[in-house]
Amino acid sequence: MATDFGQFFLNSLPNLLNGLGYTLLLTFISIAVGFFLGIALALGRVYGNKIINGFCVGYIELIRGTPLLVQLFIIYFGLPSVGIIFSPLQAALIGLAINSGAYQAEYLRGSIQSVESGQMTAARSLGMNKLQSIRHVILPQALRISIPAWSNEFIYLLQYSSIAYIIQVTELTAEGKFIAAHTFRYLEVFAMIAVIYLVLTIVSTEIIDRIAKHLSIPGIGAAKRVSLRDI
Amino acid sequence: MHMLEVKNIHKSYCKVEILKGVSFTMEKGETKVIIGPSGTGKSTLLRCINQLSPPDKGEVWLDGEEVTNPKTNINKIREKIGFVFQDFNLFNHLSALRNISIGLEKVKGIEKEEARKRALEELHRVGLDAQAQQYPAQLSGGQKQRVGIARALAMDPDIILFDEPTSALDPELIGDVLDVMKSLAGKVAMLVVTHEMGFARNVADEIIFMEGGVIVEQGPPKEMFTNAKLARTREFLGRIGALYGEEETGG
Ligand SMILES: Nc1ncnc2c1ncn2[C@@H]1O[C@H](COP(=O)(O)OP(=O)(O)O)[C@@H](O)[C@H]1O
Ligand SMILES: [Mg+2]
Repeated sequence: MATDFGQFFLNSLPNLLNGLGYTLLLTFISIAVGFFLGIALALGRVYGNKIINGFCVGYIELIRGTPLLVQLFIIYFGLPSVGIIFSPLQAALIGLAINSGAYQAEYLRGSIQSVESGQMTAARSLGMNKLQSIRHVILPQALRISIPAWSNEFIYLLQYSSIAYIIQVTELTAEGKFIAAHTFRYLEVFAMIAVIYLVLTIVSTEIIDRIAKHLSIPGIGAAKRVSLRDI
Repeated sequence: MHMLEVKNIHKSYCKVEILKGVSFTMEKGETKVIIGPSGTGKSTLLRCINQLSPPDKGEVWLDGEEVTNPKTNINKIREKIGFVFQDFNLFNHLSALRNISIGLEKVKGIEKEEARKRALEELHRVGLDAQAQQYPAQLSGGQKQRVGIARALAMDPDIILFDEPTSALDPELIGDVLDVMKSLAGKVAMLVVTHEMGFARNVADEIIFMEGGVIVEQGPPKEMFTNAKLARTREFLGRIGALYGEEETGG
């Protein structure tokens, strides 16, 4: 039985690695794009004029107020009817990045607003313009404060990127379904996949923790491990 | 021409007029102390001078430039007006050294190594050579405020505005900060909101007593302490003197 499972595992490995590759690709690209999108939206919300702020609020509420699955369906199945066609991978990347951007914007906004107002006052008093003050004084603090929330977002994306299987991206979960459908060994396949997600989660949490420690500064939002249950 | 000229400043918050026409002037290297009850608009006045809160009416002139003119590049002007805050407002994510050098680099465009050297000199001047690499959270209140002063000084300003620089400090730490401020007297103009009567008496060229959004009386410390014209001034000075012991007088 054990050797049989070993053989089965080895046979499944190429598919699983292929799926893992897509899962990591989806996660990394969408967290990175979502990060810059989130910064722009958060800055727009905090420092923008009425129009910019209104636009950012609209975007964030629209995305957070609708299911990710519906967003993916609109991008992949809906947009072709107006002539915009994406491959499954493109559609998934766009959908996840757009979605993550909205969520990252909200906790980045929280971090920016938690930086004492005196920091901006001091920066402006030195003669920095608003942009310099944000860039050199506000963001370095806000980003450190938001590392725990960002860590959650990363793990969330790692796992919820599996939703991309519904639009035919052959990421980890999709590969699992494929193997299982051909071998009928559902329990073993999905147990393997669960273990892979678990290991990925533990490893990435540990890496982010180390980065947080490396970047930590006495007195600024001590980086702490946040449990998945807090999501 | 005066170095600083504040003309008829008015400022309201939510329809309540806080400053009701404040005017005074300052010369190069002069030290003036502003005293007055809490809520009288002293902080507001300082913030009007460097346009953190632009006044509704009135003008501020520095070195012949109209600070209050919307066409003036306010960031350029602020380089010449240092500001020292009651609660320090050091940049929390930067070491003491970087707190001082960042303005030199990003605002004055001084090259990194040179900015570092200048920052070290300023730290030395305020007696904090050993604290260069420490972060604000690792400094005592008195040390923080001395970094705050060094940060303002490094920009080589014409004038430094101090908003109650010692009132957030434990009594035993106040002396170090006042000593640093005393050492600057005459080298850079200082406009200081404070209740430290010893400092006012010994260092100030003039004391400005504010109440209810106007300057009630102003004059040299000797005159103000011994024969102020108005009863209200005498009363306030007497009360403040009793509260903030005058051990430092006569030094
Ligand atoms: N940004 C602001 N918004 C509304 N009211 C303010 C603001 N800043 C100061 N005030 C009000 O103006 C008055 C004077 O404040 P302040 O200048 O801080 O007085 P002081 O420094 O003399 O104690 C106070 O009543 C205060 O509540
Ligand atoms: Mg005040």
